[in-house]
Amino acid sequence: MNATTTDQGGADLGYSEVEEELRANVRALLAERAPANATLARTEAEQTTDLALWRALAGELGVTGLPVPEELGGAGASWRETAVVLEELGRAVAPVPFFGSCVLATAALLALGERKILPQLASGEAIGALAIPFASAPGGAFPADVRVSQGLLSGTVRQVADALTADVLLVPAVAADGTAELYAVTGALVEPTVSLDMTRQLAVVTLEEVEGILLASGSEAAAALDAALETGAALLASEQLGVAGWALTTTVAYAKERHQFGRPIGGFQAVKHRLADLWVLVTQLRAVARAGADAVTRDAERALYAALAQAFASGAAVTATEEAVQLHGGIGFTWEHPAHLYLKRAKSASIALGTADRHRARIASLTHL
Amino acid sequence: MDAELSRAIRDLLDSYDPATTPVAEFLGARFDAGLAWVHFPEGLGGRSAPRSVQQEVNDAFAAAGAPTLDIGRHGIGLGMAAPTLLAHGSDEVRRRFLRPLWTGEETWCQLFSEPGAGSDLAALGTRAVQEPETGDWIVDGQKVWTSLAHEADWAILVTRTDPDVPKHRGMTYFVCDMHAPGVEVRPLRQATGEAEFNEVFLTGVRIPDAHRLGAVGDGWRVAQTTLMNERVAIGGHAEPREGGMIGVVARTWREHPELHTPALKDALLRLWVDAEAARLTSERLRQQLAAGQPGPEGSAAKLAFARLNQQISGLELELLGGEGLEYHDWTFRRPANPSMLEGSPGYRYLRAKGNSIEGGTSEILRGIIAERVLGLPQEIRVDKDVPWKDLPR
Repeated sequence: MNATTTDQGGADLGYSEVEEELRANVRALLAERAPANATLARTEAEQTTDLALWRALAGELGVTGLPVPEELGGAGASWRETAVVLEELGRAVAPVPFFGSCVLATAALLALGERKILPQLASGEAIGALAIPFASAPGGAFPADVRVSQGLLSGTVRQVADALTADVLLVPAVAADGTAELYAVTGALVEPTVSLDMTRQLAVVTLEEVEGILLASGSEAAAALDAALETGAALLASEQLGVAGWALTTTVAYAKERHQFGRPIGGFQAVKHRLADLWVLVTQLRAVARAGADAVTRDAERALYAALAQAFASGAAVTATEEAVQLHGGIGFTWEHPAHLYLKRAKSASIALGTADRHRARIASLTHL
Repeated sequence: MDAELSRAIRDLLDSYDPATTPVAEFLGARFDAGLAWVHFPEGLGGRSAPRSVQQEVNDAFAAAGAPTLDIGRHGIGLGMAAPTLLAHGSDEVRRRFLRPLWTGEETWCQLFSEPGAGSDLAALGTRAVQEPETGDWIVDGQKVWTSLAHEADWAILVTRTDPDVPKHRGMTYFVCDMHAPGVEVRPLRQATGEAEFNEVFLTGVRIPDAHRLGAVGDGWRVAQTTLMNERVAIGGHAEPREGGMIGVVARTWREHPELHTPALKDALLRLWVDAEAARLTSERLRQQLAAGQPGPEGSAAKLAFARLNQQISGLELELLGGEGLEYHDWTFRRPANPSMLEGSPGYRYLRAKGNSIEGGTSEILRGIIAERVLGLPQEIRVDKDVPWKDLPR
């Protein structure tokens, strides 16, 4: 495939009726179970993950196994529907391990054709996480934080997403002879990290001569990791769209209601034009996020559209949340207003799975620029 | 597309070989078969079909190699005049004008902007006064930025008919014969050296009352139909990746490794990403529009492309270094169908400056988005209840 000339033909950039229905269900659940004040309070609670909400997403809505085939306990839908769920989770900065379990770990296991762990992740009865530093970009070297010696895994992986509540970790490791391997591990020490993103707390994973189940080795392990990272990069854009969409909607509503100088501040051109630009940006982000979800669903130019997703969405979501803070004025800088949770999520997500710069470099190599 | 429509297309293609039938004859047959604008009524180029099937019909004809009109020359007629004629013209007017417009036998231009009425179009002052004896209208004034005025047969024209009421209320909309006595067209040379546009001077131009679109004083509402359709692509097709200006610069980049620097590469990649995001946004909009009516979302696409074209063309000149100091030709000329992708890099840079001004400045578009899409408060207006004749100008 020649990435410089092939068009992404046939990409469906819209939402189906089923997807809109799914969105409405997830949104309604989150409005009821994850209101902003509860999400804020949870950032300082003992357990920063909302496991009750997780169980509701899994049990009541059944959205934890959307791309997984029905014979493996999934919904037999696709990544497109998963992307819609991510939009809503981003919109609520919901503290659930969905991205780690239902995107990163699920994508790796799907790529491997794994059949034992996948059904548990699909049903939501188990939570999975991919034990890599969350800043890892697709297309990089295979992670060497964990080494295998005489069948036992040792090493430390920092900044792992969604590991705190994980039942099973997928651990990339390097064997003594340098072979890339991927293990399923249940006996790791997982310790919380004080994280910039308060609604997705990271963890340090420490393995000291821990046993694991070998899932794949060599190119198969590398391909599974690539699939996870590229699928993750493409779909993270949908979560970023949810974050940016919240920032836009909330800020527009505030600009209509907040009065200064005897007028709503949204009537001042300096504010109006910034919000118009922000709307254009979010509109573009939606198209890019849909293109990413479509590309991973059809496995059409997945690497390129995953790179585009992060090259664009990282900056767009950061801009949207920064504008939200600024245009809210003083209240936007307070702890009690949720804007900072979105800012922290957006800035962290812009680094997660590689900064925009890394993804631009990937685009350059894929398109021969 | 239903079976009847498919059959109608097949029948037409069977009777008129798209490869050998003269363009106007083929398009005339397509009009008569109700396959021009399928959502138009029968007898007026359509068959009252849903607007959403238009794209499929266009695609079917394109697939058969059927001829189409040059959008550069007929875009104003097809995209702006036709929907306005349909929505506001009398039966007689619609029957007289739509067919030759569709077949390309008559060319249209748009007489809206004036030297004193740019962004504030409703401030326009070209006067139309009705002659009591004949009912004809006598028009005096000056229009500007008129593409194709020197080639057009007809114009859509907005005039001031009542200066004593606030500006939005005193306008009337006409079809104007560009060959009528008193119509004088002068080229308007622009920063690129060429003249795509014209100034049009109207002196005692006589327009029959039958060529009025909409009621007297209702011209602003009629003009909205035209303007809402302005930014909707006519039978728009998906643009391929690197199909626009970014493709030109990307090709230059690939062909000239000696020009590469890390900073230029970063700048190019940022623009590549923005251009692809803008393309996908337009494609998403196109997919949605295929099913519905034009809306203000088109403003977002125009805003984005104006900025991108300016940034990309600016980068192209820098990338070329010394070669970027040269310009291809300052000789005055009248391009038939100017294309930013064909001219020189310097031409692209200069021409792109117009992109954020023509068809609504970027500032006006931001206002439209803020008010119509986001529902933010309207600008404070000092001209709202003031008779047009009393406005400062």
